[in-house]
Amino acid sequence: MLKYSVEKEYQGMLDAYERAGGDVTALRTKNVAKLVVHENKVLSANEVDGVRLSYEPRENGISAELLVEDGTKVSNPIHLCFGILPKEGLQDISLRVNVGKGAETSVIAHCVFPNAVNVVHKMDAVINIGDNASFSYKETHYHGDFGGIEVIPKARVTLGENAIYQNTFSLIEGCVGKLDFDYEVFSGAKSVAELIAKVYGKSDDFIKISEKVHLNGNEARSLIKTRIVLRDRAEAEVIGETYGNAPYARGHVDCTELVNGKEAIARAIPIVSVTDETAKVTHEAAIGSIDRRQLETLMARGLEESEAVDVIVRGILR
Amino acid sequence: MLKVEKLGLRINGKAIIDDLNLHVTPGEIHGLLGENGTGKTSVAYLIMGVNNYRPTAGRIIFEGQDIAPLSISQRAKQGISLAWQEPARIEGLTVRDYLKLSAKNSNVESVKQYLLMVGLDPAQYLDRDIDNTLSGGERKRIELASLLAMHSRLAILDEPDSGIDIIALPLILNGIVEMSKQGSSVLLITHNEKVAEIAHRVSVLCAGRIIRTGPPAETSLWFKNNCQTCLHINMPNTDV
Repeated sequence: MLKYSVEKEYQGMLDAYERAGGDVTALRTKNVAKLVVHENKVLSANEVDGVRLSYEPRENGISAELLVEDGTKVSNPIHLCFGILPKEGLQDISLRVNVGKGAETSVIAHCVFPNAVNVVHKMDAVINIGDNASFSYKETHYHGDFGGIEVIPKARVTLGENAIYQNTFSLIEGCVGKLDFDYEVFSGAKSVAELIAKVYGKSDDFIKISEKVHLNGNEARSLIKTRIVLRDRAEAEVIGETYGNAPYARGHVDCTELVNGKEAIARAIPIVSVTDETAKVTHEAAIGSIDRRQLETLMARGLEESEAVDVIVRGILR
Repeated sequence: MLKVEKLGLRINGKAIIDDLNLHVTPGEIHGLLGENGTGKTSVAYLIMGVNNYRPTAGRIIFEGQDIAPLSISQRAKQGISLAWQEPARIEGLTVRDYLKLSAKNSNVESVKQYLLMVGLDPAQYLDRDIDNTLSGGERKRIELASLLAMHSRLAILDEPDSGIDIIALPLILNGIVEMSKQGSSVLLITHNEKVAEIAHRVSVLCAGRIIRTGPPAETSLWFKNNCQTCLHINMPNTDV
């Protein structure tokens, strides 16, 4: 295995971060809370007022805790960067997030594996969002074209009263490899949870997405929105579950899978359940090839078919 | 500009278009008037090559070239464009991006004018997605704006007035006249004789065939008196 000096590792991570669409200048300023982890090494960490970051290396990863103190309104997004630069490796991240009552913060995370041939990245997160707090987490993955990576993000999220949680997971660039995404949310009264996943499967990618929301508090609301595009021999299975367990809870599951190739396989399993007579949960799932009318609309504007496909795919995954 | 000769289209053994002859001259707004089911949209699809429609007889000559072998994008690059009767919605594509690709990536300032021409405020619409949050009427106006942005040599408008309120209709009609002034020919497909009045000439379609061509007022009146009261259904073998 190629050895990296710390400086070289850090620069390599910054380069990969930038290629993944991350704002490198944010990682260089003191006003931004951040954590940069390569394999099991914390290369850079920074706290800001009201944000506490602690971490401990483990054999194949780190255990980290992010605490946003009660009432803190974090002006700049917190930046997280995890990755493995060599072709092989295992990164096992345990993350605990506590967002205090009335706090507001957002996290931008980039996970970079540009050379992955035999890499496993696991993330096990427990996220607690306090009453009247808001937390948005946007995670973008950047994988190489080899497809030799297994990504296993798992999170258990608890929302307090009036809490707001937005989670966006994007894996569009490079090959997915194997993805096993498993998020479960327990929603308190009048809370809002939004889970968005966008994945572009190519080659022999295998994608499994499981998103579950338990609307346990009255008037809790949720949206699970999944957009998958598959080509070549990629395969995807999306399970979106919403349980309306409290008065006037409202949930919606929206899954669109676009199959662009004869060997790609897509499956969607929306599960909706209500145990309270005033709760309402709805779902819509659409799986199929690219809409001919959309394609012809763009071709009638002068685009070649491949260009039109590209516009439609980018639109779905935007 | 456009010469359609003895055009025919048969689907599942049924003649949808039957021995249709049509001539559109440069810069002309040519109205194609017909009741529901007469084949108006089929004519549009055949000229644009969409919906897998291929003529089973006859020719479509555009600027001296038979365009039947050309793909949709090739026809568009030749200067033919189509505004659908029911435009598609494309998730994640903004109005701004749609107009820019129609105008071959002109800057934002120049595409704003096309929205203004159809009575839409750029500040309110440019960043909206062309999805189901837009009403049918809004979607149609954006479709027309995209054709204005294309500066096509032949713009085919399939019932541009359907779903448009009475306040916006004059703007739509002015936009069509503006297209003609800019040098585009327009094939204006409609079942509304009032809309056809802006045309230079109007042809009446019945049972997949053009049965009359003439000045708009006279032809529209003939259409109103003969076609709107006619019990004839789209059966090509019946004498009209």
